[in-house]
Amino acid sequence: MKLATRDELCSGCRVCQMVCANENFGENNPKKGVVRIVAHFPDPGRYSVKVCDECGTCQSVCPVGAISKNDRGALVVDETTCIGCLTCVEACPHGVMMTHPSRIAPFKCTLCGRCVEYCPRGAIYDADAKRA
Amino acid sequence: MNGYAGQILRIDLSARRSEKSPLPDELVRDYIGGRGFAAKLLWDEVPKGAAPFSEANRVIIASGPFSGLFLPASGKITFASKSPATGGYGDSNMGGHLAAELKYAGYDAVIIGGRASAPLVIVIDDDRIEFRDAGKYWGKGALISEKMLKEDLGEDFQIATIGPAGEKLVKFACVSHDFGRQAGRTGIGAVLGWKNVKAIAVRGSKTIPVYDQEKAYAKGRQMYEVCFSKPGFKEWTPEGTAGVTDWVNEVGAFPTRNFSTTYFEGHQDINGSALRTRIKVTDKGCFGCPIPCGKYSRVKFGGKETYVEGPEYETIALLGGDCALTSIEDVAYANYVCDELGLDTISGGNVCAFAIECYEKGILTKERVGRELKWGDLESVSYLLNQIANREGIGDLLAEGVRTASAELGGGSERFAIQVKGLEWSGYEARWAPSMMLSYMTCDVGAHHNRSWAITHDVATGRDSLTGKADKVIELQHTRPLFDALGVCRLQWVEIGFELQHYEQMFPLVTGMPYDWKQLLKVSERIWNLTRAFSLREVPGFGRQLDYPPARFMEEPVPSGPAQGKLLTRDKIDALLDDYYKKRGWNADGVPTREKLHELGLDFVAEELATCGRL
Repeated sequence: MKLATRDELCSGCRVCQMVCANENFGENNPKKGVVRIVAHFPDPGRYSVKVCDECGTCQSVCPVGAISKNDRGALVVDETTCIGCLTCVEACPHGVMMTHPSRIAPFKCTLCGRCVEYCPRGAIYDADAKRA
Repeated sequence: MNGYAGQILRIDLSARRSEKSPLPDELVRDYIGGRGFAAKLLWDEVPKGAAPFSEANRVIIASGPFSGLFLPASGKITFASKSPATGGYGDSNMGGHLAAELKYAGYDAVIIGGRASAPLVIVIDDDRIEFRDAGKYWGKGALISEKMLKEDLGEDFQIATIGPAGEKLVKFACVSHDFGRQAGRTGIGAVLGWKNVKAIAVRGSKTIPVYDQEKAYAKGRQMYEVCFSKPGFKEWTPEGTAGVTDWVNEVGAFPTRNFSTTYFEGHQDINGSALRTRIKVTDKGCFGCPIPCGKYSRVKFGGKETYVEGPEYETIALLGGDCALTSIEDVAYANYVCDELGLDTISGGNVCAFAIECYEKGILTKERVGRELKWGDLESVSYLLNQIANREGIGDLLAEGVRTASAELGGGSERFAIQVKGLEWSGYEARWAPSMMLSYMTCDVGAHHNRSWAITHDVATGRDSLTGKADKVIELQHTRPLFDALGVCRLQWVEIGFELQHYEQMFPLVTGMPYDWKQLLKVSERIWNLTRAFSLREVPGFGRQLDYPPARFMEEPVPSGPAQGKLLTRDKIDALLDDYYKKRGWNADGVPTREKLHELGLDFVAEELATCGRL
């Protein structure tokens, strides 16, 4: 799976963030969702959607090797190894290595695919599936 | 407390102090949330007889148990206050992202009382509550202020603002949020303005607990899947509420030239199709919404691009048909003017149309107004809106709303001051729609459509018969406002046929409270009787005499269009009211009986009404 976006379809509803947080943390809290929506209002009136494309920058900058692939092929942060230096957060080119006040370790997309499944607008899609 | 953030935030502006307290169990049990919380808190906290513009009046901001959760369109928040427009119970709800954010910050409701000594912004950042000087925003537009505050505080704050109209205490000033959502009705923006609150900014990071996380998450997914499967999911969204414009004209219910008639010849130029094909930039959704009704638009005037969320149907009806504006671009621009000034587009359009008719009839003169007023003239409308928001010239009187303005102007203008209880009528003319007429007459806040949108029932069951109309209105007045208590939008149900049973199934999963839909409707009936009682307590003479529509609707047959010749004469209006009161368990003056209040667990209301001599 490779996440990609059609920004022009996004309506800013944040269903992606909610389903993400429920799936990955079992919580109703979009601040624990790993999709980032940037609203450009009042003008020009559009949204940008930022998702992880598994570019590997986070893994390459992590000083303690806390970031490795899960069985779906997504890079994830090992909380026990992570020292909370946030170097990966600063380095992430899409701003989707996330932090939350309740957690020391940052967190990111696990490629669970729920955002693709539940975005009401088709604004997030699986580029691999599209090619297939 | 499952489904809730668990706290109430109380703000005393006079002392610049805030206090957090646990959400009371009995408030949750008996009133659920949102509008229910607002009704009970106003009843308890606003002393009898307090002026709308006084330190004793409160602004209540309340979400519901569904707000901010993973289920369709869970973004509704209620603003409530003793209304400066009506003197009675006033509330208005809006979507956007404020309800969710407030719950993530840890609060189900905010109670704002007192009055700040100078304009301020209330900043709620999780546990931290701060009062910031609002000098640099005061006098600025509602949209501009939101933009400035986002720059100053951070993009991730959700912000509610008022515009100049709220600052100048215009009786139909609204509360604005998310560059185009408004709690538009009953003048709550003016109450905030009087209290010197320019804005409320909220940011939260907390998790909302639910009773059964696993099942609630599964149910939430299923709810979205059901929405996705509805034919309306794809068909309804592109035009949103504006899509109903043609139909309302075809059934002869479209406000046209101050409700003088009910079919607008130019409606194809201001309808959903015109919006979609000519000016729409993007769909703009509220929190969790699968079918965003928000249409964000761009229009060009004088070489300058203007952006506005809308126009949605109500704006098209009141600024469009009612002022006879001839293009969707003109309606969108007038919409923008209202949004920036912080004026409700419904009352704003209604008041402008009233003024234009007064001018046409010679009740208002060029000297008094300061210019000519004409139907279909954007400059006339824009001029009036600015005069009103700044309370300049004739605007100072019009800012009081059509009831007060007509009483002052005389000349028979009361006949065509289209309002009930002091609140201007919204987008459905009802001379050939008895259940819609009754809905407007008996709506708790005044002439507003959203408590009971019954016109489809009229069309489906016979528009010349009064039979069964009161029953339907009562059913809708319990069902629709229940959404405002739950903190979720009703449009999935109304527009794409999403079934009510899903909310019933979700409620216990979220809250752990074993209420079925019937019990929830009983709560809604309790709230309905409480808001009625609030106005009975506060407004002298409240009751049957304030449930009548304007004389135009009882005495002037519709002059043209599909409803030509139709009207509901006073004897029919009385028959509707008699039937309605009886079925509600109210007396002939529209006062809930002691028995009904007892049945609803409102004995404390009966006692208070007896003390006031109303029972």
